[in-house]
Amino acid sequence: MAEITTLHYLVVAAALFVLGVIGVLTRRNVVIVLMSIELILNAVNLNLVAFSRMWGNLHGQVFSVFIVVDAAAEAAVGLGILIAFFRNKETINVDEIDLLKW
Amino acid sequence: MLGLSSVEYRLMLPMVELGIFALGILMIDLMIPREWKWMNAVGAFVGVLFSALCVFQIQTLFPRGAIGFSYSLLVDRFAIYFWYLFLAGAGIAILMSVRYLDVENEHHGEYYALLLLSVIGMMCMAAGIDIVLIFIGLELMAISTYVLVGFLRRDRRSNEAALKYLLLGAFSSGIFAYGLSLFYGLSGSTNLRSIAQAVSTRNPHDPVVIIAMLTTMVGLLFKIAAIPFHQWAPDAYEGAPTCITGFMSVAVKAAAWAMLLRILVFGLFPLRAVYTPVIVFVSIATMTGANFAALTQTNTKRLLAYSSIAHVGYMLLAFVAMGTSAPNSPAFIDGFKGILVYLLVYTFMNLGAFAVITSLRNRNVIGDELDDIAGLYSRAPVEAVLMLLFLLSLAGIPPAAGFLGKYYIFLSLIESQHYWLAGAAVLYALFGLYYYLKIANAMFMREAMEAERLPISLGMRAALGVTALATLVIGVYPEPFIRSVNWSLGIAQTPHVAAMLK
Repeated sequence: MAEITTLHYLVVAAALFVLGVIGVLTRRNVVIVLMSIELILNAVNLNLVAFSRMWGNLHGQVFSVFIVVDAAAEAAVGLGILIAFFRNKETINVDEIDLLKW
Repeated sequence: MLGLSSVEYRLMLPMVELGIFALGILMIDLMIPREWKWMNAVGAFVGVLFSALCVFQIQTLFPRGAIGFSYSLLVDRFAIYFWYLFLAGAGIAILMSVRYLDVENEHHGEYYALLLLSVIGMMCMAAGIDIVLIFIGLELMAISTYVLVGFLRRDRRSNEAALKYLLLGAFSSGIFAYGLSLFYGLSGSTNLRSIAQAVSTRNPHDPVVIIAMLTTMVGLLFKIAAIPFHQWAPDAYEGAPTCITGFMSVAVKAAAWAMLLRILVFGLFPLRAVYTPVIVFVSIATMTGANFAALTQTNTKRLLAYSSIAHVGYMLLAFVAMGTSAPNSPAFIDGFKGILVYLLVYTFMNLGAFAVITSLRNRNVIGDELDDIAGLYSRAPVEAVLMLLFLLSLAGIPPAAGFLGKYYIFLSLIESQHYWLAGAAVLYALFGLYYYLKIANAMFMREAMEAERLPISLGMRAALGVTALATLVIGVYPEPFIRSVNWSLGIAQTPHVAAMLK
């Protein structure tokens, strides 16, 4: 059986990244958009850990721990803002966020 | 303890000190009654002053710059210059905020705490030479600003602005982080210097290098709000509390520029042949798009948002001049100088303009429409004249400071023989005069909607005084300021930075 190399990880990460970008650009529900952003950050983590193993140093893993923390903070603030928004507008649909334009 | 040297303690002191004040404000806020909430502003302002004092100590103790935390924090003159800029922006924003928050009935200590925390993030962005530190600084700044933009919880526009800013900001941070992870993969290090060395030995047309470069640049251009990544800026600027709009348009933008210069000039300069063509395209698109979009605006905050995007376009031109000339050639130095001078004068003139708009918020008037500023001359003559000064400065009319920034940028473009770009930039600068004078026209020529005089608080007077004085003095007697910019560029002579610039 063939060994799993760094390249395999990178391909999976790139696929996750592309899925995340597509999700952000096409989904209409804010919660799913936030989930897609998490997907992008997870692609970054996968990249970093794979590279960390490839180079045999820990910098990448340290960076990925920081990114996990950052993703958690972003999700917390994002959901907080979303709740404040929902209280005033009763929707979480991106299409209906239309007060500010041009 | 922790194995830190005394130098490292010194270097992190300004940030630690801001952090202590931010946490202190959060706690003290719980103990003070409603009508004493302005005490928080005093606390935050004292924090900013103390932090500036610590920066001054670093400046006198380590005139050649110092490096610490296993080569991740480089406090050189470039970083110190930007630290002062952030602290000035934050200090003036605090002065502007007190009465505005009272009128909005949202006077909470968290506001000032978040303001200080975002300044810590900016300091990490300007001084970091390790991509982990830069990224964490960026996120600390960004997450604090998301909350500040949505600070008017009961206001729908503020909610919406915060949500849009958060979604697009987090998205761009994700793309940026992906680019950084690829750079780590290319070099095996998170240090910008090692990355630069590893990348310079590679073929610049290697697809991985190009993907890494492009994704990183998307993140950077997003943060400075360059077209086509500008969509968040007008919305976030319009919906945010006006004092935060002012803060975002100067300090947050300066931090994004510091990060861009750190990464693209100090780190990835070997790749300049890859990124400069993209920057040329982006700068032309930015100037064109922003100037045309600003023409039709009737909301002053949104108009100034587009104007600030246009200013980014001019600064990007200086960056083009830097990218197409040899390091330390006159065009390179003048372009670098142009960006730093521009950010300096922009901090004062734009904060001044937003201070005037902030002061229009009164009882049931939101104050951000062009109609609200109409007849300002009869309601508050001094403010109207100062606003005119800021607008002329933004347009780049000679006696005011704004001219100086544009002068260096055009100079660098001519020195690097981009006559065509310089011509387009001058044309767009003239174009900008139209919408700035539209505001002036409303202030002086139109009838006021209400006859009542505008109440100006003490803090606002101080903020207006400082910004107006700076705008005038830098314009009329620029010599000491140019000298300070030259001083901050003296970094090129220190050995570890000179090595980075090669």
